[in-house]
Amino acid sequence: MARIIVVTSGKGGVGKTTTSAAIAMGLAKRGHKTAVIDFDVGLRNLDLIMGCERRVVYDFINVINGEANLNQALIRDKNCNLLYILPASQTRDKDALSIEGVGRVLEELAKDFKYIVCDSPAGIEKGAYLAMYYADDAFVVTNPEVSSVRDSDRMLGILASKSRRAELGMEPIKEFLLLTRYDPNRVESGEMLSLEDVQEILSLHLLGIIPESKSVLTASNAGIPVILDEKSDAGMAYADVVARYLGEKRPHRFIESKKGFLRKLFGGK
Amino acid sequence: MSLDVNKNYDMQPVLEFKSSTFFVLVLIIYSNDLMMIEQKLREKISQAQDFFRNSPIILDVRELNLQEHEIDIIKLINLIRGVGLFPVGVRGGDDQQNLHAASLFIPVDMSQSTTSAQAEIQKAAYSSRPSAPHEVIKEIVVSTATTLISQPVRSGQRIYAPGDLIILTQVSAGAEIMAEGNIHVYNTLRGRALAGVQGNRDARIFCSDLQAELISIAGDYKTSEDLKDITPKKPVQIYLQDQALIIKELI
Repeated sequence: MARIIVVTSGKGGVGKTTTSAAIAMGLAKRGHKTAVIDFDVGLRNLDLIMGCERRVVYDFINVINGEANLNQALIRDKNCNLLYILPASQTRDKDALSIEGVGRVLEELAKDFKYIVCDSPAGIEKGAYLAMYYADDAFVVTNPEVSSVRDSDRMLGILASKSRRAELGMEPIKEFLLLTRYDPNRVESGEMLSLEDVQEILSLHLLGIIPESKSVLTASNAGIPVILDEKSDAGMAYADVVARYLGEKRPHRFIESKKGFLRKLFGGK
Repeated sequence: MSLDVNKNYDMQPVLEFKSSTFFVLVLIIYSNDLMMIEQKLREKISQAQDFFRNSPIILDVRELNLQEHEIDIIKLINLIRGVGLFPVGVRGGDDQQNLHAASLFIPVDMSQSTTSAQAEIQKAAYSSRPSAPHEVIKEIVVSTATTLISQPVRSGQRIYAPGDLIILTQVSAGAEIMAEGNIHVYNTLRGRALAGVQGNRDARIFCSDLQAELISIAGDYKTSEDLKDITPKKPVQIYLQDQALIIKELI
């Protein structure tokens, strides 16, 4: 049975698409056939991050409208043959999505794929609603700052009350926290919320902390999911996230600042 | 061929009757002024739209009949449907009212019907009581059962409890919890909490960590601006005393 994962946040620019690309690649690299769907109709980005923008012929909306079949629209990733991308339409808007249409596409994908990653658009409107509606698991991407935390909290409320699982009274969506763009130095100097601050408000199962890293921007511009940059801290953090999601126990990294070691040595805290 | 199909149906149960108990609001009507009823109903509903949306209602016209106020039950039912409630039963109606209700496929509760003899006896008792013409709907009788919430109340969520409300989890900033009775929050309260929303001035709020955006009892409120001096992570209770909202540490 396929597992449908939604990567969501409420707020924009926190790293949903980066995360979707990284975890989809991570799951595929570990041998699970994975599809990643861009729900951001009209603001298509995932194809750029995945580096497949030149190969888009048909898109998600074409499949929903029956203008193309799924196999025509799915793009096989160039780095991993177990990973497929279903791009969003750039010329349409979110109204082109329908609950039945999305359901049909997911059902068809579920026959063939182990994991389906839904990259949600920002906001809580139709696109974000449909991205989470059929989900089994939710990765809530949050930045350590107050507005992002508040928006994630709002999204968690929607996951708990408006999803298909909630409507049918099934077991609720499993919610996981992904704290992205974390900078331990700025946390230490009090400029950024700490992991504890965020967890006090959200109290969620923490799947991983992704440190603020130059490698993310470099990877995005190159069209290669950052998880493939195995030497970068962000790449390692995403690899940990995928491993933890699949049930491995790994200690959390990137919480402490690198300077912390010296300070500890000299007795400061 | 067709016989085979029938056989298959016999194997699997198609339906089953089960007895079950439900809580339903009872709407007691005291006046036959349809305009006033509609106005008051809309006022009530606007105070808790989520709670009342598509809510099933049992219509109680007993009081009305005891006071010999005539009412067109068909118009009344259509009015109630019009404001977004679902009448699912009528009780306390006379024979003609019951007939009218049945014509709209609304079940009639005969156990409490006002037969004319019954009305005669009780009328004497009621006639001495002063009537209150302005008070159209005196109360909405609801189950005062306690509502228990064990999932976190997230930003943007609203909870309305017709009785007491007990919350075991955190209430996030931007969430709104309302109860006609008391509110207990055995965790951090960061959102808005409104107790006694139908005017119960004896309602109280209890919480183990008060960081609320707003607290209110029967309409008297304080915002977080007024709560700056409250020590966090201390259990407190909030109640009304001589028009003033008192916040007191419990331990």
